[in-house]
Amino acid sequence: MTQLILEQALNGFQFGLMLFLLAAGLTLVFGIMDMINLAHGSLYMVGAYLAAAAAAASGSFVVGVLAAVAGTAVVGALLEVAVLRRLYQRDHLAQVLATFALILIANEAVRMLWGDQPMLLNAPAALAGPVEIGGFSYPAYRLLIIAVGVAVALALYVVVAKTRLGMWVRAGASNREMTEALGVNVKRLFTLVFAFGAGLCALAGALLGPLLAVQVGMGESILILAFVVIVIGGIGSIRGALVGSLLVGVVDTLGRALLPWLLRGFLPAETAANLGPALAAILIYLLMAAILFWKPAGLFPARG
Amino acid sequence: MNALLEIRGLAVAYGASQVLFGIDLTLAEGEVATLLGRNGMGKSTTLRTLCGLSPAPAGILAGSIRFAGEEIAGRAPDRIGRGGIALVPEGRQIFPNLSVRENLVAFAANRRGVASPWTLERVFELFPRLAERQQNMGNQLSGGEQQMLAIGRALMTNPRLLILDEATEGLAPLVREEIWQCLARLRAAGQTTLVVDKYVERLIALADRHTIVERGRVVWPGSSAELDADHGIWHRYLGV
Repeated sequence: MTQLILEQALNGFQFGLMLFLLAAGLTLVFGIMDMINLAHGSLYMVGAYLAAAAAAASGSFVVGVLAAVAGTAVVGALLEVAVLRRLYQRDHLAQVLATFALILIANEAVRMLWGDQPMLLNAPAALAGPVEIGGFSYPAYRLLIIAVGVAVALALYVVVAKTRLGMWVRAGASNREMTEALGVNVKRLFTLVFAFGAGLCALAGALLGPLLAVQVGMGESILILAFVVIVIGGIGSIRGALVGSLLVGVVDTLGRALLPWLLRGFLPAETAANLGPALAAILIYLLMAAILFWKPAGLFPARG
Repeated sequence: MNALLEIRGLAVAYGASQVLFGIDLTLAEGEVATLLGRNGMGKSTTLRTLCGLSPAPAGILAGSIRFAGEEIAGRAPDRIGRGGIALVPEGRQIFPNLSVRENLVAFAANRRGVASPWTLERVFELFPRLAERQQNMGNQLSGGEQQMLAIGRALMTNPRLLILDEATEGLAPLVREEIWQCLARLRAAGQTTLVVDKYVERLIALADRHTIVERGRVVWPGSSAELDADHGIWHRYLGV
């Protein structure tokens, strides 16, 4: 039992870190520009496809990941300059409609380029097996994902918390107008942030590719979780995105694994079997409702 | 003295509603000037337009704003900021999610290569209380400390023109006094400043010239001596 809990906790931690890669860009886009970008999940999908295609062409997983990050960052920057920039001054409904259209366009474009069938993206052969940690075995590839996630989170923390660029990003998330009045070109800063966020999406898509199916529409389900994360963490806050991601990742994964088993302790087996998965599926939304009841602006609101 | 700032015939609207109808204002290097008037008469709109903030650029109907010899009306606010105009806005608007120190260093610049530029140490010398609270976040400060931070933040950009919009509003008398003393020190140091405030006696003592606006129009421009001599103007236009 302990091994199951530990393994699922690590899975949840790993999933949370990947969610963070998505949520970090999303929260800054929402926080600085007050822009709801539903197409953020499409960048995750584009990243996964680019990784699969580049890995297949080069025979190297690492090349695939690097090509995905660079390629998607360029796609993100072009998207921001060509389309999204025109939406900043519009209301949220216009933003939702336009970026929903982008999801449809991205899905069709991917379908036209790579076809309907899911693409295969294999983890590096050296990381295919499990490793022993303190008496229990855990997939080496998932450990790599955790290591990369932690490294990126730390690097992002240093950039956001310790550099002038990070101060501008935080200032922009809190009060865009004042940031501009003090001499910062927020438009250019935002293109940079958007491209960076797109690169992080691609990293998540590429790393999760070997675990999940690389297929059309893969960005939509994870986008909903990313929105839950940024609402829990507080719009515009990187720290909030990290804490929110880990909370959602761990609660969702542990809930799905353990809730049916826990319910069997005090409910009839059949009821527990039916109720468990249903309750686990809404657990993160209950978590979000509870946090918003306690802190309506999220855990670490940027506009505090 | 050469005019550092020259506003001519500035007409500005918020959408369909025109609020400024031809504002004229000139400010020479090293001068302190004020913009006076009751609430809602167009003072803040003038300052915001000057800084490139909304309703600019779309709301500028006519007129020109020349700063340091260049036309800046309708320019993006970041360009105007980098060009040497710093705003201490109404309501302070310090960044709550940045520490006091970060609020100050994030925008520090010396684009003109001033010989003795504003530094963290100089701001802390001007406002010792900020030094004590430098690790605190912006939202943990009192109103007076936030105001000091907003002024310090503007000074760290080493502006040619410092603009203060209602800098003493809502402050306790002692803190307000501290802000007036700070402005007097800046004046003595030669800082060109444009002030919007309600305390006419203090402004007469501080500034060289005054411009009174009423319903978006300049109704009285004059010197401190002239304003001091005619209290009828105070009653008529300022409600004092």
